[in-house]
Amino acid sequence: MNDPRFKIANREALIGVGLALFNFIWWYAFAYGLGSQPVADYDFIFGMPAWFFYSCLIGSVIMIILVVFMVKFFFKEVPLNEKGDESS
Amino acid sequence: MNWEVIIPLLVFMAVVFMIGFWASRYVYQRSNFLQEYFLGSRELGGLILAMTMIATYGSASSFIGGPGAAYQEGLGWVLLSMSQVATGYFVLMILGKKFAIMARKYNAVTLVDYLRHRYNSTLVVVLSAMSIIIFLFSAMAAQWVGGARLIGVVTGLSYTSALFIFAVAVLIYVIIGGFRAIAVTDAMQGIIMFVGTLVLLVATIIAGGGMGNIMSDLAAENEMLITPFGAEGDLTAVYVSSFWILVGVGVVGLPQVAVRAMSYKDSRSMHRALIIGTFVTAFMMFGMHLAGTLARPIIPGLEVADNVMPTLAMTVLPAWLAGIVLAAPLAAIMSTVDALLLMVSSAVVKDVYHNYINPKASVKKIRKVSVGVTAILGVSVVLFALSPPELLITLNLFAFGGLEAAFVWPLVLGLYWSKGNRHGALASIILGVGSYIVIYIFAGEPLGQMGPFGMHSVVIPVVLSLIGYVIASIATHKKVMQTGYV
Repeated sequence: MNDPRFKIANREALIGVGLALFNFIWWYAFAYGLGSQPVADYDFIFGMPAWFFYSCLIGSVIMIILVVFMVKFFFKEVPLNEKGDESS
Repeated sequence: MNWEVIIPLLVFMAVVFMIGFWASRYVYQRSNFLQEYFLGSRELGGLILAMTMIATYGSASSFIGGPGAAYQEGLGWVLLSMSQVATGYFVLMILGKKFAIMARKYNAVTLVDYLRHRYNSTLVVVLSAMSIIIFLFSAMAAQWVGGARLIGVVTGLSYTSALFIFAVAVLIYVIIGGFRAIAVTDAMQGIIMFVGTLVLLVATIIAGGGMGNIMSDLAAENEMLITPFGAEGDLTAVYVSSFWILVGVGVVGLPQVAVRAMSYKDSRSMHRALIIGTFVTAFMMFGMHLAGTLARPIIPGLEVADNVMPTLAMTVLPAWLAGIVLAAPLAAIMSTVDALLLMVSSAVVKDVYHNYINPKASVKKIRKVSVGVTAILGVSVVLFALSPPELLITLNLFAFGGLEAAFVWPLVLGLYWSKGNRHGALASIILGVGSYIVIYIFAGEPLGQMGPFGMHSVVIPVVLSLIGYVIASIATHKKVMQTGYV
C-alpha cells in the first residue's frame, strides 16, 4: 500500500478539497455580503449587480485560472497501470 | 411542421447513428468485451473525458428545468446553479489517480466492481447493484419523458411518435456501440450544448437591449429578482448553500459519473479534462441559467416556466439557428439517458449476472447477454415512459440524492481511509438511502425538496451515512483485523 503514486494522488485530492472550499467561500461571501444590502444601494458593473458580478462571473473565472495553475504546477503525471508499466 | 427547425435536428440524429456504427467495430474487435462495451477499454482522451462527464451530468434539468426556475426566481437561482462549477474539477480531483490506479489493479469495470474488491462483501454488492438499478431506471424514464416532450414541442409531433423517434435514436447507438459510442456522441453533444449556450446568451442580451437595460427591467418588475434571495425572498442562504452537497461535491457519488473517472487513458488525459471540464461546466451553467433570468422581460408571462428555453430560442433567433440551439437540450437529455442505460445494463450484466449467476460465461455468451440486456432495458424503459407510473415519478425525484447518500462515503473513504471496512460501507448505504426515504416521506416537500433545518433533504442523509461509515468501521476494526478480512 506504500505505492509512491498514492502520495501524489492523496496530495491532489487535498488540492481538490481546498479548491472547493475556496470556491464556496468566495461564492458565499460576495453573494450574501454584497447582496444583502437594500437593492437601492446596489452597485452595478457591466449592467450586473455587483454581488452577482463578483460571486458568479469573477468567481468562475478565478476558479478556472486556479484549476489551470494547480494542474500545470502541482499535478504530476504518473503511470496508471500495475507496476507503472505503460503498455496495457 | 417547422422544417427549418427540424432539419438541423435530423442532421444531428444522423451523425449520432454514424458514431454508433463506427464504435460497434471496436465492440467486435477488442478481445476483452466487457472492458470495451462498458468502459471503452479505458482509452478516453482529455477532451472526450471532460465532455462525457459534463454531458452525463448536465441533463434535462440544466437546459429545461434550471432555466425555467431561473426565469421564475431571478438571479438567486443563477447563484444556486453556480454551485455546479465545483463538479468540473472536484470529481476528477477527488477520485483522481487513486481511483484510476485501484480500478486497474482490481480490473474493475463498474463502480460496484470496485466496491466488491474493496469490501469483499456480497451484501454490499447486492445492495449497491439494487440501488443503481432501481434509482437509475426511474431517473432514466423521467429523462425519456422530458426528451419526448421537447421533440413534441419543437416539431409538433404527438407525444407517442416523438417518444418513438427519440427511443430509436438513442437505443441503436447505445446497444451496438456501448461506452465508446456514448463517450464520442457525448463529446459532440457537449460541443453542441456549449455553442448553443453561447449563441442563446448573446442573442438574449442583444434582444433585451443590453445587460444594464434588462437588469433595470427586472428590478422594475420586482426588485427581488436581482437579489440573491429569489422572487419571493424565500431562497435562504442556508437552502441555496445546501445545493453544494446535491449538485456540487456530492456528484462524486453518482455511479454514472464515477465510472467515467476510471475510463481515461493516462494521467495527461485527466489533467486536460480537469481544465476543459471546469471551463465548460462554468460557462454552460452560468450562460444557460442567466439566459433564463434575462428572458423574463423579453418573453413575459410564460405560464409553463419549463418552456422558457424553447420559447426564447424561437423568439430571439432565426428559425434555422433556433434548430441548432434546440439540439442542445436534446443532446443533454440523450447524453444523460445513454449513460444511465449503459450503467443499469452494466449493473445487471457485470455485477449480477457475471458475478453470481454465470461466472464462467464465455465471451460470446457475455456479448449476447450484454447486448440483449441493454436492448430489453431500453425497450422496457420506453414502455414505462408511455404512461409513467406514479411510483416511478416519485423514485426519480430522489434518485440522484439517494445514490449520492449511498455511495459517496464507501467510494471516497474506501479510497483514502484504510480502516474503512465492509461494515462501514453497509452502514453507510443503509443509513444513507434509508434516511433519505424517511425524510422524503415524512418531512420533505416533494417539489421544493426542502428538508430539515431549511436545507435540501439530501444533506442529513449524507451526514448520517458518513457517521455510520466511520462508527461502524472503527467499532469493527479490531475484529476485522483478527479475522483477516478487509
